[in-house]
Amino acid sequence: MSAFLRLENVCKSFGAVTVADDLSYDLAEGEALGIIGPNGAGKTTMFNLITGTLRPDSGQVHFQGKNLTGLSAARRCRSGLVRSFQVPQPFSGMTVFENAMIAATQAAGLTGNAAERLCLEVLDQTGLLDKANTLAGSLPLLGRKRLELTRALCTRPRLLMLDEIAGGLTEAECTALVGTIRDIHVSGVTIIWIEHVVHALLAVVDRLIVIDFGRKIAEGEPQAIMQSPEVQEIYLGIEVDA
Amino acid sequence: MEWFNAVVQGALLGGLYALFAAGLSLIFGVMRLVNIAHGDLIVLAAYLGLSVTLVLGIHPLLALIVVVPAMAVAGYILQRGILNQTLGQDLLPPLLVTFGLSVIIQNALLEIYTADPQKMNAGLLETASVSLGGLSLGVLPLLTFAVAVLVIAGLQWTFYRTALGRAFRAVSDNQDIAQLMGLNRHHIFGLSMALALAVTAIAGILLGIRTSFDPSIGGGRLIFGFEAVIIGGLGNLWGTLAGGVILGVAQTIGAKIDPGWQILSGHLVFLIILAVRPNGLFPRISG
Repeated sequence: MSAFLRLENVCKSFGAVTVADDLSYDLAEGEALGIIGPNGAGKTTMFNLITGTLRPDSGQVHFQGKNLTGLSAARRCRSGLVRSFQVPQPFSGMTVFENAMIAATQAAGLTGNAAERLCLEVLDQTGLLDKANTLAGSLPLLGRKRLELTRALCTRPRLLMLDEIAGGLTEAECTALVGTIRDIHVSGVTIIWIEHVVHALLAVVDRLIVIDFGRKIAEGEPQAIMQSPEVQEIYLGIEVDA
Repeated sequence: MEWFNAVVQGALLGGLYALFAAGLSLIFGVMRLVNIAHGDLIVLAAYLGLSVTLVLGIHPLLALIVVVPAMAVAGYILQRGILNQTLGQDLLPPLLVTFGLSVIIQNALLEIYTADPQKMNAGLLETASVSLGGLSLGVLPLLTFAVAVLVIAGLQWTFYRTALGRAFRAVSDNQDIAQLMGLNRHHIFGLSMALALAVTAIAGILLGIRTSFDPSIGGGRLIFGFEAVIIGGLGNLWGTLAGGVILGVAQTIGAKIDPGWQILSGHLVFLIILAVRPNGLFPRISG
């Protein structure tokens, strides 16, 4: 069987600190997977290992049946996977529209009108259309988070990886964002979402994986996982009475 | 009137300096690479132009058709083959490597063309002049200035109106994120060096028509280019043109006072501007 995304015994450590410890899982096309775990558990590192910013010490990542080991970050992005950043990292000296255009032309391989049309559609979907000519560096936090999402979508991803995109938003902003992400998922994009705002996460994902010290410590149906004593203790830091 | 004449001649000379500087400005802007060999690449282009002119028996300006693409291809290969490997957090490796390249180019030119000064023969173009309100202006300096304005406008347009320019700015803004958006930074750097050396080719040929040249003059052109970039402010191409003009005017006025002061007064004005405005007159890139 060839999974849509497969991590196979991925290991990575920085000196004595292990950030990915024999990490393996499969993801089916069209699935929405949530990742939770304490700070420093290696969740973002896992994204870096998939996108190619970091190389694993051992183990492999397969995407759409292809072994990604040895491919540059740029090639991986063009093959259809993209991530957003917890701390938004726009090209701050360029306008919102130009940021989107980079993704549409370089990653999705579109040109001219087709690229512009995609960018306008996505900007409309993410609610940034009226800010299209604003310099990205002058956007407020919510705008920057939306730009992260916009830019990711303009690559026309098959797999979208979201890194704590709901953090720091108000309740209303968060609800709107969850709606947008659900729409993206329904349109057929496979999603992996790292999030501390658990209720936002549970509104979208079909499956949860819990990571601690770079190890997968639990995996399964979201509600059941959240209620398991092991997760409550390790992730939430609560001693559960026996 | 004589002084006014000196100012106008200096401004036109500044067009040539802006052409020296545009390539430097471009590659520093895109990849923070300081190219010590830039002056020698200008001289290399002049020699290439000389060879093409002699072998094909054509006018030096027509040699541009051969030399511009040749330098662009050489730039791409140079960037992907050598310079990309030197880029990183540390600014020193590219400085050392381009310094080495400078030495190699100078000695290769010396070996092939000897140390004798050479000049390209552009016929009537060299001496033709037009009278304008009591001033007599050389056609060649006027042409050079017009070319400089066109080149700067073209680069500006490329940067802000084309997909390639957007890619340049994205890589310049944040290399790592650009990679994650599907940009191959090594290729983009190669293209920016190709574009820079295409401009360098134009600068080299115009230099070779205007004055005699020998393999050792690259260093001086590099300094003029640097001064124009820094006076204008890093990352601002129109500023670079202004910087070139200021430098050119300073030199001709200096020469007017005393012929020996031409180069010195250019450097003095540069130092004064650096002391008063350390970031140049119109900076775009801060820090």
